[in-house]
Amino acid sequence: MTQQLLPWLFLAFMATLPLWMTDLYVLHVLVSTGIFIIGAMSLNLLLGYTGQLSLGHIAFFGIGAYTSALLSLGFDLDLGGAEPFVVGPQPVWIAFTGGVLMAAAFGGLIGKLAFRVRGAYFVIVTISFAQVMRMVALNWVDLTEGPMALTGIPPLSVWLPGEGVIGLYDKLSNYLLVLGVAVVCYVVIRHLVDSRVGRAMVALRENEPLARSVGIDVTRYLVIATVIAAGMAGAAGGLYAHYVRIVDPDVFLFIYTVTMVIMVITGGKGTLAGPIVGGLLFGALPEVLREVARPEVQWIVYGIAMIVIVFFLPQGIVPAAGRLWERLRPRRPAPGGTALRAGKETSA
Amino acid sequence: MSAAPAPVPVSAPASAPAPVALDVREVAVHFSGLVAIASMSFRVPEGEIVSLIGPNGAGKTTAFNVITGFLKPTRGTVLCGGSDLTRLTPERIAALGVVRTFQRTSIFAGCTVLENVLTGLHRRGRTETLAALLRLPGVRAETQRLRATAAEILAFVGLAHRDGELAANLSYGEQRLLGIAIALAADPRLLLLDEPAAGLNPSETEAFMGVVRGIRDRGVTVLLVEHDMRMVMTISDRVVVLNHGRIIAEGRPEAVQSDPEVIRAYLGQGVRHAQG
Amino acid sequence: MAEFLQHCANAMILGGTYALLGIGLTLIFGIMRVVNFTHGELYTFGAYMAFMLAGLFAFNFFVSLVLAALLGVALGALIERVLLRPLRGADIDTTMLVMIGAGIALQASEQLVWGGVAKSVPNPFPTAPLTIGPVSIGPIRLFVLGVAVLLLIAFYGLINRTRLGMAMRATFQDPDTAALMGVNIRVMYTMTFALGSGLAAIAGALLGPIFIVYPTMGDLVALKAFAIVILGGLGNIPGAVIGGFVLAFVEEFGAGYVSSGYRDAMGFLLIIAVLIVRPRGLFAAKERIG
Repeated sequence: MTQQLLPWLFLAFMATLPLWMTDLYVLHVLVSTGIFIIGAMSLNLLLGYTGQLSLGHIAFFGIGAYTSALLSLGFDLDLGGAEPFVVGPQPVWIAFTGGVLMAAAFGGLIGKLAFRVRGAYFVIVTISFAQVMRMVALNWVDLTEGPMALTGIPPLSVWLPGEGVIGLYDKLSNYLLVLGVAVVCYVVIRHLVDSRVGRAMVALRENEPLARSVGIDVTRYLVIATVIAAGMAGAAGGLYAHYVRIVDPDVFLFIYTVTMVIMVITGGKGTLAGPIVGGLLFGALPEVLREVARPEVQWIVYGIAMIVIVFFLPQGIVPAAGRLWERLRPRRPAPGGTALRAGKETSA
Repeated sequence: MSAAPAPVPVSAPASAPAPVALDVREVAVHFSGLVAIASMSFRVPEGEIVSLIGPNGAGKTTAFNVITGFLKPTRGTVLCGGSDLTRLTPERIAALGVVRTFQRTSIFAGCTVLENVLTGLHRRGRTETLAALLRLPGVRAETQRLRATAAEILAFVGLAHRDGELAANLSYGEQRLLGIAIALAADPRLLLLDEPAAGLNPSETEAFMGVVRGIRDRGVTVLLVEHDMRMVMTISDRVVVLNHGRIIAEGRPEAVQSDPEVIRAYLGQGVRHAQG
Repeated sequence: MAEFLQHCANAMILGGTYALLGIGLTLIFGIMRVVNFTHGELYTFGAYMAFMLAGLFAFNFFVSLVLAALLGVALGALIERVLLRPLRGADIDTTMLVMIGAGIALQASEQLVWGGVAKSVPNPFPTAPLTIGPVSIGPIRLFVLGVAVLLLIAFYGLINRTRLGMAMRATFQDPDTAALMGVNIRVMYTMTFALGSGLAAIAGALLGPIFIVYPTMGDLVALKAFAIVILGGLGNIPGAVIGGFVLAFVEEFGAGYVSSGYRDAMGFLLIIAVLIVRPRGLFAAKERIG
């Protein structure tokens, strides 16, 4: 019962937080952390549920950010023909959707590749993919402005009765927006993993030959997982682009993928709450450290924290907390698997 | 039926009049020059328990891998109900009703027992991605239906009381049973069991034989690879003996048991009893 | 034609250091099944050690090179003992994550110790380029190529002609059998990682006087080393040497004739292209199924 209430309590807390937390800096940290948490949740679908370690995940984030930014700003492509291909500025939500779709399309490509290229090779291909994207963003100056960055990106907007369409410039509305998108992503993942489709994904992680032997087309489900994960990462990228309103090639840096991986592993891969817990922790950690340590020291702490977690808490915080919880309550052992635990709907 | 096997032709497999569930024709497998299977042909009549036996390294697991599409043979064909399995992927073969278990890990260790069987039921569900994402009305009904089927299968193999347990926490014998339950969930017409009784104690083996007979009595054809000769000779309707990648004998258990070439093959390696 | 020869010469020089980086990484993967994300940091470490010894302490450049390599060996051994030995038998993803963590911590430490300002290692050679026909090469570059080739030959001899090399090859083939034959696997793993790290460190030290030294210099190099290793097939040592030269030629000619901006992207495009055609690299060693 408590386990069912927990997500609702947490949501209520996050939704009402701006009522008493008016510090703009804290809100800003929460917005950036929230964007990263969406990225981490999407990575978790691959890493935690299908068991594929992809270290190029930031590429989808960056593709979403650049596509959404470019569509909302308008651009022209000189494809060698007489007339350049001109796209005028699009409404922000169309641009945002375009970013999601573009990222998802690249996700489909990577998913197809994942079954030809396995294990360590796949990891390196995904890293390379993100690197190539960064090089393209740096060098295709006509389109991306290269290192000068895309600037003046319009914010996302909403239509309010009586006020018409208004741009979301302030921290509070961006906070609520990111929270809303995060909730949608959470629900999507939750529905997915607790379904026939999600079980097929977990089967791929747990025992691929056995999955195939019972007729699961593992390639198909991996592609579905990468498409959805990439689309969500693209959405996070779009939120980012329209929030900070500037996008430069550094959005493709490897370190951001690493940050998402740390969030997922720390919280607990293959759990619904894991990326959220890990994300809040590693979103807050730099802010706490900022007061006491130089950035280099922060990164040293980051690196060491990653090692310590893999050594001592390899399953992550959420499963560990779950076990502790069950030990503290000496009632009948509640049935519930690690893989799909948080997604269970069985009425006890 | 299970106590006294129906009389089947002892000698030539080609003369079997019963419908054929599986027809292996002149299959050969070479691994970079090494011959794993020289040329193998046999048929599995529908509704029978057929055992594939032979000394270690005789090519039994290789044969399973070929039949279920995990390995492409160098030559030969495997036919099942008019389809040539050698051209198909494992998942397509499973869709035709040919399902196997694996020697070592035939379970999804990180999931609960019930989830294991639900995963095995994949082919009996219809929910696709979009419906799952949106939780369309049909999804819940299907889930209910599949859960009921899963419970039925778990009851059949005797694991109903363990449905919430993590598969990794089951005893070894229970894990073997769960492996069978997953395979049954995939709705097989032909079930291939790869050393299902390896490592079981005598009473577990006894119970296991009951389950296998029950599967046959549900109309599922069973092809068994097993080292436990007592089990093989007790439950098989027909036995195929493989040695050095060649079939050296085929027929009813009693006939095979007294075949001089079979005895020689086994003695050559030292008599093996149960527990591989 | 002159331009073509100049590109070839540049590619040979670059290829030598790429090969050094590649064999170290592939050796570690082949024997230990560890995807080593600290490799680029060891390269950076080597460069900083060369800067410290030759630049700050004004040691002889050649002595500094040797010392930098030895310090790299020591750091590699330390990493293996502390982080990898307890994780023996862990799956490849786990060790990969630990190595990423270690890489982050090492890079940040370098930043902390040396600051973000780029350093340069004094060049012991005359700066005037040598002209051989239509090709002109700085003497330091020629020296780098010479040392790289010597090290590659020495490494080949070590692997194929010594008892240590034999034990390494045995471990590579099958650790369990090697252990039965009396090979101390734990020592072998430490040696492997230390040797691979030493090669990365000396590559960094060698290039110190040519390029500038800064904390994140290893990032791109590490990714390129992965590219090299993939080209050659993970765990394939001759493949890594060939992969190193292939990458160097592709980069040099790609930058020369296609687009210099995409120079660093060439390697990654090459990896993606190669893996689409041959999912286990150009010269993949046969791996056991399972």
